Amino acid sequence: MRILNLLKVAFKAIVLNKMRSLLTMLGIIIGVASVIAMLAIGEGSKASIRESISNMGSNIITIRPGAEVRGGVRGSASDMQTLTFEDYEAIRDEATLLSHITPMVNGGGQVINGSNNWPSTIYGVNPEYLEIKVVDLQNGSMFTNAEVQAAAKVALIGQTVVENVFPDGTNPVGQMIRFNNIPFKVIGVLEEKGENTFGQDQDDVVIAPYTTVQKRILAIDYLNQVMASAVSEEDAPEAVTQVIDIMRTQHKLRDDEEDNFSVRSMEELISTFSSTTEMLTILLVAVASISLLIGGIGIMNIMYVSVKERTKEIGLRMAIGGRGADILMQFLIEAILISITGGLLGVVLGLGATVFIEKFLHWPTSVALYSIVISFAVCAITGIFFGWYPARKAAALDPITALRYE
Amino acid sequence: MSKEIIKINELKRSFTMGTETVHALKGISFTINKGEFVTIMGSSGSGKSTLLNILGCLDQPSSGSYEIDGVSIKDLSKNQLANIRNEKIGFIFQSYNLLPRTTAIENVELPLLYNRKVNSTERKSRAIKALKMVGLGDRLHHTPSQLSGGQQQRVAIARSLVNDPVMILADEATGNLDTRTSYEIMSLFQELNRKGITITFVTHEPDIASFSNRTIVLKDGNIIKDYFNTNILSAEKELAALPIEDH
Repeated sequence: MRILNLLKVAFKAIVLNKMRSLLTMLGIIIGVASVIAMLAIGEGSKASIRESISNMGSNIITIRPGAEVRGGVRGSASDMQTLTFEDYEAIRDEATLLSHITPMVNGGGQVINGSNNWPSTIYGVNPEYLEIKVVDLQNGSMFTNAEVQAAAKVALIGQTVVENVFPDGTNPVGQMIRFNNIPFKVIGVLEEKGENTFGQDQDDVVIAPYTTVQKRILAIDYLNQVMASAVSEEDAPEAVTQVIDIMRTQHKLRDDEEDNFSVRSMEELISTFSSTTEMLTILLVAVASISLLIGGIGIMNIMYVSVKERTKEIGLRMAIGGRGADILMQFLIEAILISITGGLLGVVLGLGATVFIEKFLHWPTSVALYSIVISFAVCAITGIFFGWYPARKAAALDPITALRYE
Repeated sequence: MSKEIIKINELKRSFTMGTETVHALKGISFTINKGEFVTIMGSSGSGKSTLLNILGCLDQPSSGSYEIDGVSIKDLSKNQLANIRNEKIGFIFQSYNLLPRTTAIENVELPLLYNRKVNSTERKSRAIKALKMVGLGDRLHHTPSQLSGGQQQRVAIARSLVNDPVMILADEATGNLDTRTSYEIMSLFQELNRKGITITFVTHEPDIASFSNRTIVLKDGNIIKDYFNTNILSAEKELAALPIEDH
């Protein structure tokens, strides 16, 4: 029989048994819909985790002085004085993939306001720091480049510091605090950021011009680190390479010499998180696939019954010239048609469910085209796989017995 | 001499049932020529069904030869047998075997679906022609449930004609019908036979045989009688003679 005729015959058989066909499809419909919805949830949460890491500054690149080997003794990184303001300038001027950059010095100390005091860390930076760390101001304003030049004694403080040194709730902006006995005028309060991924309180900070911190608190002329942000997350690895090249030139390192600095990006962290959500997605899809499998078994079941029920028809078709292959194809195509139709309905339902989840449950979702393609392909394969056995059985019937079957 | 449609020689068919071997046909020979209307008679167990299966190329003989339209079916593969059935034989069954919820046209088209040489336009026109031939030109789009038993059997006859077979093979074709309707059907068979169609009619009802021009009687796997009717009854006349029923 020609394929077109086979399709017509199969289509007719499905239409003649609408209700049964629909119930058979139900397993496939639910299976496909749940695969699509689960993948959408997985993709969605992956995207949202990525976004929240981005908010933390996923494109941040940090340059730290590395352990220098002197006379065979490897020194501690924090004691290193090899990262200089000139290094910062070189990176700032030469690196093309960085959008913001700040020199950074930091030191611990006591924040004091009258009778309240709190141990914290002061970070000396330039005004670009806020952009790099993606921090907003809750109150007040950032210091200016002029204030950096002048090594002004101004500071911004994080929420944890506010709570501890201004427990009575007064607005800290405009107030004076002391850090290690150096008076600072509070000119701004940072928006609350909470803990970072490593459990470190990001609100327990004092931010001041790096010049001020260098001269008045630490009394150093080198930098503890340089912090920069790549123009985009994707460019981060490339930017890291750029920075390394600049730094090696800057430090006049020969090819056989090790880096005496280190450059890190947040990329690695992101891939860790991505693999976690990927794992979760795989798990969800595995569960959904089971329903697809059960749907396939449903098809096999119904096709098996259908073959039994239509034994006489099969006998007739054979008597009037249907070959085994014709009969096989007829039932196989019917099974495939059922599973593909079920698959289509499943895609529609899955997309609907995704919209529902997004709209009413406010879960982040993202429908990936590949999820539709894959579940659809699985559907067709399911049809062939589970349709084969009953179809084979139909084709193997003896026409004489089939004709006499009651 | 007219063309030989069926040529059977020393045909035997035995079945193994457990440890026992049943000889259903014990070496029969006969020839059916083109244009004959043959009735094969016999009580149950006579080997009549076995012969029907072999004549219909649904089964193969254990020994002996069977030729249909000059083709020996010995050693033919399953697919080749299917092709023979499709092109040379028109089956008619006792229980009509129409596809339910399928129109008369589609039922009649069915054998042509398995014939790759026929396209859909030709299929349709041939189905309509066959249905007109059996007097159902006004019932083309009726489904079996909308047709009476006699009409359903007419659809089945149309289906058997649509492939232009060399022989129509009817298996108790009037068995499910009342006397009046079976006479109507027999009259149709006689009419088709007058047009030159070879018919082999398997039955156990003796009065059906009187409408055919030759009768072969089987008993216990052997042919006990094979004779030409000298007095062929006209089903049309018999029908007219039946007492008129109230409808």
